[in-house]
Amino acid sequence: MTGIVYYGAGNLFSLQCSLDRIGEKYGLITSAEQFEGFERYIIPGVGHAGAAMQKLEGTGLIPLIRETKKPLLGVCLGMQLLTAQSEEGNSTLCNIIPLRTRRFIKDGGLKIPHTGWNKVRVERAGPLYEGIPDDSQFYFVHSYYIELNSNFTLTSTEYGITFSSSIMKDNFFGVQFHPEKSGEAGEQLLKNFTRI
Amino acid sequence: MLSKRIIPCLDIKDGRTVKGVNFVALRDAGDPVELAWQYSRESADELVFLDITATHEKRKTLARLASDVARQISIPFTIGGGISELADADILLNSGADKISLNSAAVRDPSLVDRFADAFGSQFVVIAIDTKRVNGKNIVHLNGGRLPTEWETESWIREVVERGAGEILLTSMDHDGTKAGFDCDLLKKVNKGLPIPLIASGGAGNSEHFSEVFQRTGVDAALAASVFHYGEIAIPDLKKQLNNNGIEVRV
Repeated sequence: MTGIVYYGAGNLFSLQCSLDRIGEKYGLITSAEQFEGFERYIIPGVGHAGAAMQKLEGTGLIPLIRETKKPLLGVCLGMQLLTAQSEEGNSTLCNIIPLRTRRFIKDGGLKIPHTGWNKVRVERAGPLYEGIPDDSQFYFVHSYYIELNSNFTLTSTEYGITFSSSIMKDNFFGVQFHPEKSGEAGEQLLKNFTRI
Repeated sequence: MLSKRIIPCLDIKDGRTVKGVNFVALRDAGDPVELAWQYSRESADELVFLDITATHEKRKTLARLASDVARQISIPFTIGGGISELADADILLNSGADKISLNSAAVRDPSLVDRFADAFGSQFVVIAIDTKRVNGKNIVHLNGGRLPTEWETESWIREVVERGAGEILLTSMDHDGTKAGFDCDLLKKVNKGLPIPLIASGGAGNSEHFSEVFQRTGVDAALAASVFHYGEIAIPDLKKQLNNNGIEVRV
């Protein structure tokens, strides 16, 4: 059973629908007492990194999240919260994966947010992308990205620059795109995560 | 590289699709969820539901539609049509909609754009614009092109971008229904220097029109209704053709 960390940033309905479709049971986690009863965790999130971090701190869940040895998947802003800091409001984040979250450069002729379907290139094979063809497309909506790093980048994506579209460290995973809105490839990825 | 998006648009009234739909595989062509499911299987990248329900039950019908779609379909979708209050948008967001589109309400009260963007983030706010040429100028129209406003289309777009719009859905009323192709001249002009995504709408009649609009104007997405509903263009074929023409799409 998957625990969805709910701290008031973004809506969960689409993610819940996706888990329903793949037959995965889930529960919501809003406080520290509820944390232990799950086999794995998803941290969703939409909005401002600094504001989301404050909300997450308010739940008292951060120490438990940092120490867990169970599989944990951050989605979109939920992934960025796993990094050390974000240029969005110069926010200090969970620092589980020592990377920086940076802003796309506005004057580069790029439309921001990066919105739509884009290719995801597997840089390091692993269980999360099993059965998903390389260069499959996933649905992105974000204005900040996580820099590339040979230790932690799991997949890369190109939008003006090349950035980490997913990262991994030990039992911690993060994806910048929305698997719950990414058709079959997205459902396969969620299915894979529930089998880790 | 970011793919160009193909977006079928479904007109909804009282929870049912209106305008004929000619899909062999459908049991019930009026059921928006079934139609949406069919489109998502055919690799549509996104869906737009345009609600024309006029009753006071509208809010409830729309929320039910959004949650039914979200339960069945795992691609993004936008809901528009008569949305004017934050509360309406909040319900839709919590029912699984990815974006809402504002049209007349934003023209009547432009500060609505700021309030929606502040409350939900720019990425949630699509501004739909119906534009029509009047005496050599592009003028924003309401009520499906019947009512001209004071706004010139280009200045209205600058205004909503400034106020935090996340995307523009631009329908050329001069081209809509003609099947003679998108309004490439206008779209090209609007897209130049536009910092947010632009969806082209109005005039699609065949696959070449889609290649043309992407190649000539650089828009991010193209929307159409009848050519998809009547099976005149099958999305997988369209994407194959776009791909052959060197246009990046998700196949």
